[in-house]
Amino acid sequence: MAELKIADACLTVAGATLVRNASVKITPGELVVLLGPNGAGKTSLLRLALGLLPPDSGHVTLDGVAVSKVVPAERARSIAYLPQTRPLAWPNRVRDIVALGRFAHGVVLGKLRTVDAVAVERALLACDLLALADRNADTLSGGELARVHCARAIAATTPLLLADEPTAALDPLHQHQVLQLLRGFVDDGGGALVVLHDIALAARYADRLVWMKDATVVADGTPAETLSVERMRDIYGVEATINSDGAYPRVSVEGPA
Amino acid sequence: MIERALNPFLLVASLAALFAACLLGSTPLPFERVLAALLGQASGGDQLVVWQIRLPRAICGFAVGAALGASGAVLQGLLRNPLAEPGVLGVSACASLGAVVALYYGFAASWAYAMPLAAISGALLATGFIASVALYTQSVVTLILIGVGLSSFAGAAMSLLLNFAPTPFTLADMINWMLGSVANRSFTDLWVVAPFMLLGGVLLFSSRRGLSALTLGEEAAIGVGLNIKRLRLAVVVGAGLLAGAAVALAGAIGFVGIVAPHLVRPLVHHDPARSVLPAALLGGLLLVIADIVVRVLPTTTELKLGVVAALIGAPAFAWIALRRRGGDG
Repeated sequence: MAELKIADACLTVAGATLVRNASVKITPGELVVLLGPNGAGKTSLLRLALGLLPPDSGHVTLDGVAVSKVVPAERARSIAYLPQTRPLAWPNRVRDIVALGRFAHGVVLGKLRTVDAVAVERALLACDLLALADRNADTLSGGELARVHCARAIAATTPLLLADEPTAALDPLHQHQVLQLLRGFVDDGGGALVVLHDIALAARYADRLVWMKDATVVADGTPAETLSVERMRDIYGVEATINSDGAYPRVSVEGPA
Repeated sequence: MIERALNPFLLVASLAALFAACLLGSTPLPFERVLAALLGQASGGDQLVVWQIRLPRAICGFAVGAALGASGAVLQGLLRNPLAEPGVLGVSACASLGAVVALYYGFAASWAYAMPLAAISGALLATGFIASVALYTQSVVTLILIGVGLSSFAGAAMSLLLNFAPTPFTLADMINWMLGSVANRSFTDLWVVAPFMLLGGVLLFSSRRGLSALTLGEEAAIGVGLNIKRLRLAVVVGAGLLAGAAVALAGAIGFVGIVAPHLVRPLVHHDPARSVLPAALLGGLLLVIADIVVRVLPTTTELKLGVVAALIGAPAFAWIALRRRGGDG
């Protein structure tokens, strides 16, 4: 059981408050989407959660231990991370990139142990990448690359996953594919915290929405509880219509408020 | 398949080249006589030529090429850039400056370790500087320009020392270092730098797995559990030790560190970790061959190895730069 808990955390960098008194909990079995306008502090919250930045006050704990004190490899066996920019330095094989997800398990490329090879194959299968496994990364489309990065995170077989805008610059089909992969990860018993800008997508797939504005978490609850016309106006400054008749709320943004 | 055969092939080719280096020269020795000399069963003259002149020279060439190939491969992995190399980044120039300082003040003549220590200090300062700049910029162009700046500065400082050279002998010594050569090197020269090369090699070889993770980008590499500070330190110190020791042994020899990793990279699926060993072997092999060419060319004055390496390496550098995939310039 892995539990990542951000409790009353503040982060100030060079005089600017990036995160103020934020409390968020991520546990397996839940897909949490972090929403908020640009500059609201979503990426900073993710970095806090990962222990890349220690909080100025408050606590960020992984199973009760301060996450910034956890050894990098040990943390990586509990939390997989998909950062916003994922520049690949070399045109590596898809299979190798996915295998790097298991770096903290001691993977040496080209000499995978059975347990690692099995996890890599499973991740490739889950992300529909078997046909591309031996292709070089520079021959892939943006949508295919996004799946490769998802597979990399899934191959890590961590209980938790943090993803920063995994659907950025993807067409609608690939956006849904990525969210379905994350949904599958959660349905298999993982816990995920995902930053998204597409509220409709968030409402469709998330178990819980965490709303941020001006470095503060302003709401935390299920899409049905927290998604409202007023909140869309307050957080994003847009007029939206929301249809709550179906299995999940459908939201469409009409224009600036 | 190619990947598995690569290291054994390069090893065998290197041994063959070292053997060939004992055969060829101003007076070619026949195969049996070299073999007998290597086994210690030849006449005094053959023994002398093989054990005192040709073999140490060839092994020094191999060690220098291997050191430069390995440090080029890891620097490229760390900076995520195929153009990174001790020569291009100004590391070799700073090491040469250190060596020239040791020659100028006569330390090198009075203490055998003065030269390697001075060269390695210069190299470590340069690698440390480059790596700390790399923390603040992702731009390859910036890093290379800083390397150009470091090289020019070290070059100017060396010119200054040449200007003030106390005797013509010192002047000739210093110029020889700047041109780069393994002529007249003995096993004693090799033993002096060997500990530094060994230490650098072990550091780089033990940290190479982290370079694979860096392929993903720094943030994702940290995300998969890489201790990036430790990796950076190991690479900076390891590459500095190797490049500095190479310069202490042979003077400035450029471009081996860029050409060797570039040639092996496609054969190891572009994995920086798997390219370290073959890049070292190929770097050594290339320099042994280049040194044989230098020795057998019928020129009145023997060409300097560093000059030949630059004549071949500089166009190769330009070619790699042109073919580089754009994007992060």
